[in-house]
Amino acid sequence: MRALFIVFGKEFLENLRDRRTLVSALLFGPLFGPLLFGLMVSRMLNQSVAESDEPLRLTISGSEHAPGLTRYLEAQGAKLTRTNLSESEARAAVRRGSAQVVLIIPAEYGPRFTAATPAPVLLVADSADSQTRKSADRARIILAGYASTIAQLRLQIRGVNPLLAVPVAVNEADVATPTGRAVVVLGFMTYFVLFAVLMGGLYLAIDSTAGERERGSLEALLSLPVARSSLVGGKILATCAYMCISLALSLVAFVAVFRFVPLEKLGMSANLGPGTALAFFVICLPFVPLGAALMTFVASFTRSYREAQTYLTAVLLIPTLPIAFASIYSLKTQSSLMFIPSLSQHLLMTSVLKDEPVAVLDVCVSAVVSLALALALMVATARHWRRETMLG
Amino acid sequence: MIEARNLSKRFGAIEAARDVSFVARDGEITGILGANGAGKSTCLRMLYGVLAPDSGRACIDGIDIRGETSKARAHLGVLPHAAGLYGNLTARENIRYFGSLQGMGRERLTSRTAELARLLGMDGFIDRRAKGFSQGQRIKVALARALIHDPGNVVLDEPTNGLDVMAIRNLRDMLLALRAQGRCVLFSSHVMQEVAALCDRVVIIGHGRVLADETVQSMRDRSGLASLEEAFLQVLGDAEGVS
Repeated sequence: MRALFIVFGKEFLENLRDRRTLVSALLFGPLFGPLLFGLMVSRMLNQSVAESDEPLRLTISGSEHAPGLTRYLEAQGAKLTRTNLSESEARAAVRRGSAQVVLIIPAEYGPRFTAATPAPVLLVADSADSQTRKSADRARIILAGYASTIAQLRLQIRGVNPLLAVPVAVNEADVATPTGRAVVVLGFMTYFVLFAVLMGGLYLAIDSTAGERERGSLEALLSLPVARSSLVGGKILATCAYMCISLALSLVAFVAVFRFVPLEKLGMSANLGPGTALAFFVICLPFVPLGAALMTFVASFTRSYREAQTYLTAVLLIPTLPIAFASIYSLKTQSSLMFIPSLSQHLLMTSVLKDEPVAVLDVCVSAVVSLALALALMVATARHWRRETMLG
Repeated sequence: MIEARNLSKRFGAIEAARDVSFVARDGEITGILGANGAGKSTCLRMLYGVLAPDSGRACIDGIDIRGETSKARAHLGVLPHAAGLYGNLTARENIRYFGSLQGMGRERLTSRTAELARLLGMDGFIDRRAKGFSQGQRIKVALARALIHDPGNVVLDEPTNGLDVMAIRNLRDMLLALRAQGRCVLFSSHVMQEVAALCDRVVIIGHGRVLADETVQSMRDRSGLASLEEAFLQVLGDAEGVS
């Protein structure tokens, strides 16, 4: 046990003096994520806030054929640009991007409208462009509103109750709480947290294994009267320490960044105070030894710094997989998923973020599974270190 | 005293050591001489216990290195072939790290480090980080690291490899000093002149076997040749069935 702490102390000190470790553990990992994320979210929010205030811009061709529709559009707040594009010109203009959405009213519109047969209009848009798709949707809603107003008027004139044409009245109720809505935006944050955890220990895991070999200090170390498990334990413990620091820093950074993100503009409140940060820390803590043991285990098999870096970059992707699955299948917190590390942490953090009640049992299962896996990996690492092939 | 008793080791199809036996005595410098790939490192690694022999035993002061590894290693200082330092630690921290892992207390570490710094002439750079050290400085720190716990036996695997002339000369003086203190010094080399200039006894290894084990003087006498180089070539030649 004494040897374990000696190894821990030396690895901690040595890496405190290493620029690479410091940059990745204390700067890049914990700060890059929150800053990038804050920037991204605040830009996204600004944009959507701006969009809903902005009038619909519509290029209209042949407006003289439909003065009623044109007035209706303007009354609904659409900003019209009157042109005289043919259909093919309109298609080309949208494709080029010189017009977003073009509404073409053909000459036959007037006679068909008067004859009370369906009067055709053509809406030209590019659905692959999310920006113009939104405009096209808004145009479609306004057009549908106009059509239904006209239909009801026609029925009324003919002495028919226009409500007959409305067999179903669809009412919508959005139960998303303000925090719940914010989660959609903040969902990615949990990934950045787990990323920061791993990033914090990445270089120490490499330096204390492949680095030891590359430097040529490994054999001298292995010929000391110290149990290999103590060596491995001390190294993993030092890796854990840096990962905890990185985790704490990243949470502090997130709390700080979200003070400046205008979530309330969208009627959302991000539940991200010091209390949430503390809950995140507790939830992620069991993931720390798991990540440290995994990275040390993988790096122990490599011969050089470069090789270790290559493999550990792949390890960094591991926490993304369950989270990607979670968003594809929109998984919710449930006890059976607590057996999958990184996914369980992601789900628990999301629950905390949504202000949902979190079962203590779920937190325990998530912690126990992660710790058990960590222990298994530590034993496997120590066993590998006892092998003669360790000498290389 | 370091004893190799019938050590054998195989790596797949390669027989790296075959029934290797010899004794390195206290107060003597024993050289293991052999070409590259002759099995010197394998033998030494079995002696300091990082490789397990397929058969045979290695003992340090009579203690079996595989049986009571920690106890045997307390009597042994090791300078492996690769003797790298931790660049972000100072020379002193490098030395103290190994000493504390040997189980030494704080006061003893401090006094012993100061003693070694004086003996090896490290006072000028003892508190500098090891990153920019010269080869000579490096080998001094690595040797101090191996000697910190004051072991009676020292094993060095090709210690002069890659050293410049001055550093080799320094190392030679250090080994002679260790012998004068009554320690058992065992080192390997593929350079004959080095062994001839320094050793009391020489163990010649070829293809994993001991080809000769005698004092340098008796080797010269027996072969009737003036230079050890010729004697060495004769031993090798006999083994190859060339002569």
